[in-house]
Amino acid sequence: MTECLLAATTWLLPFAAIDWHGLFFLLFAAIACGAAIMVVLTDNVVRMALHLVLSLGATAGLFFLAGSEFVGAMQLMIYVGGTLVLLVFGVMLTAQTQLVSLRTPAADRVLAGILAAALFAVLVQSAVSVEAWRRPGRAEVSAPTATPLGMALLGVRVDGDAAGHESRPLSGYLLPFEIVSVHLLVVLIGAAYLARAKRRRTPRAVELVASVDPPPPVQTRSEAGESASVLVGGGR
Amino acid sequence: MAEFLIETIGLPSWLAWTAVAAVAAFLILNVIAGGALVFIWAERKIAARIQDRLGPTRTGGRFGWLQSLADGIKLLAKEDLMPDGADGMLFRLAPYVSFCASFCAFIALPFAFDVVGLRLNVGVFFVVAVLGLEVFGVILAGYASASKWSLFGAMREAAQVVSYEVPLGMCVVVPVMLAGSMDLVTIAEKQAGWLTNWYIFHDPFTFVIFWVYYTCAVASVNRAPFDLAEAESELVAGFHTEYSGLRWSFFFMAEYGSMFLVSALAAVLFLGGWNGPVPIASLLGWSDGSSLSAPYAVRLLGCANLMGKATAGVLVMMWIRWTLPRLRIDQVMTTCLKYCTPIAALMFAGVMLWQLFLPGGLVPGSRHQAAAVREAWLEGRGDRVPSTNVPLGVVPATSRQVVGVSQ
Repeated sequence: MTECLLAATTWLLPFAAIDWHGLFFLLFAAIACGAAIMVVLTDNVVRMALHLVLSLGATAGLFFLAGSEFVGAMQLMIYVGGTLVLLVFGVMLTAQTQLVSLRTPAADRVLAGILAAALFAVLVQSAVSVEAWRRPGRAEVSAPTATPLGMALLGVRVDGDAAGHESRPLSGYLLPFEIVSVHLLVVLIGAAYLARAKRRRTPRAVELVASVDPPPPVQTRSEAGESASVLVGGGR
Repeated sequence: MAEFLIETIGLPSWLAWTAVAAVAAFLILNVIAGGALVFIWAERKIAARIQDRLGPTRTGGRFGWLQSLADGIKLLAKEDLMPDGADGMLFRLAPYVSFCASFCAFIALPFAFDVVGLRLNVGVFFVVAVLGLEVFGVILAGYASASKWSLFGAMREAAQVVSYEVPLGMCVVVPVMLAGSMDLVTIAEKQAGWLTNWYIFHDPFTFVIFWVYYTCAVASVNRAPFDLAEAESELVAGFHTEYSGLRWSFFFMAEYGSMFLVSALAAVLFLGGWNGPVPIASLLGWSDGSSLSAPYAVRLLGCANLMGKATAGVLVMMWIRWTLPRLRIDQVMTTCLKYCTPIAALMFAGVMLWQLFLPGGLVPGSRHQAAAVREAWLEGRGDRVPSTNVPLGVVPATSRQVVGVSQ
């Protein structure tokens, strides 16, 4: 029965010779690069956003392919999910007629092209100059990274520090992480403050009827609730 | 399964892996599509009963159980319309984006111990991240339809989903903290045993946070009372106003798929996953308590358990939908930012303190110790470190062990 099964699938045998890992790498890389080029070439803002999603998503696929699932999921969460939702959100709220179709002047294109080519050349040069990356074949795919990362955050490095002292307690990433977090929090609060609606709230008809004599007090509602209802235009 | 194919039948490994992947994809697709059929029928029946009606009664016999199949055929036959001013490519693409996001999230969802499309080391994180992409399809649909109703719907959805990701993330972190792993399989495995081992009954804080999670989950899949994106009394049908036929049904499959997904995630994170309230399998002696040695019947039982819990979650969502009125957008934001987020943050701190001071539960020794769970990243190391089975307070000791082993 096994022989029959195998015989029936002999036409599939050429596929066995394919390096699937390499194939998928090429596929994801092609999507990422192609979509990135499309971002530059399209003039519709929302389509640009779509191509950016494709490009970033394909990059996440590359991370998954390399066995670093944590970084891949991070890429999905932060870049593809958060940033793009906000981007589309912002673009569509601000996009008036002049932004719906973005035409880049030819001079800008040339300038950007030169810059991009220079950056590309630098990157290629530095990538090629790394000795360890020149060897043919793939490095062993390391173990999934989430738990060692968490351990490293607490100051326990599974991989050992650069000098190779593995059992000595090493400095963790907790302090840099906290500094970055506080920094981000400050930025968030600042952004919320800047984006706060500063105009006076027009009182509702119900409130006007209810309090005819004293004018209704101006209430400062929470930034998010206020801006959301202003943005969406519902409710009020 | 792939090992089985390679060793017993003698298939070459690449063919075995392809076959296994195809089977997994096929099964997941069927869970979504078949689930949508059943759930749409259930929704209509439940809505009817709550409103004191009968619902579908004729198609397919007494209970109208073929109604959604008939609806599906009708949708297939419908004309596929596109508005004049629409952005053609985005309009056609949007339903598939939504559906793909819903489908991809299922890849990392475990149905029983070994019954998982792809066991990811960061499963929880992956599911939440991918589920967040579903909103992108909705936004595209709203923009591309060139209709004011659609755009309003998409805007509301974006505001809502972005806000609700914050408390949702906080709730999801709690079981991760208790289990010491982001691997969904490990998290469920840690809750093996009796009902009291489920994380919802771990301590009072987790009990509260489960309900916060459920609220946020309902909001993040746009079900009433949070269905502002498609509020039919204000926005006609919101983001899918201009859709008809098969594309429309893709949106619906995505919606029911993600309803099932967030309920299944709730089951895995808080309700013991595939472990029933009573450990029948180990009482009967079918398995010695650890799922590694369990025969396939036990895994099938686990599958049924998880599906049952997830279905119960979906049914409760329907019950809520037909009971509560829709919230206004500012009320939605208030619920999220003034109630869910602070409660979640408080409970998070509470669970942390509980783990620090009462790691064994109120009565010492009362907690059923689950079988030692080894994380996937340790498996290749050939050591015996039960690294994940320690409460939070003792992390340094264990981690020293881990470091010692890696030498």
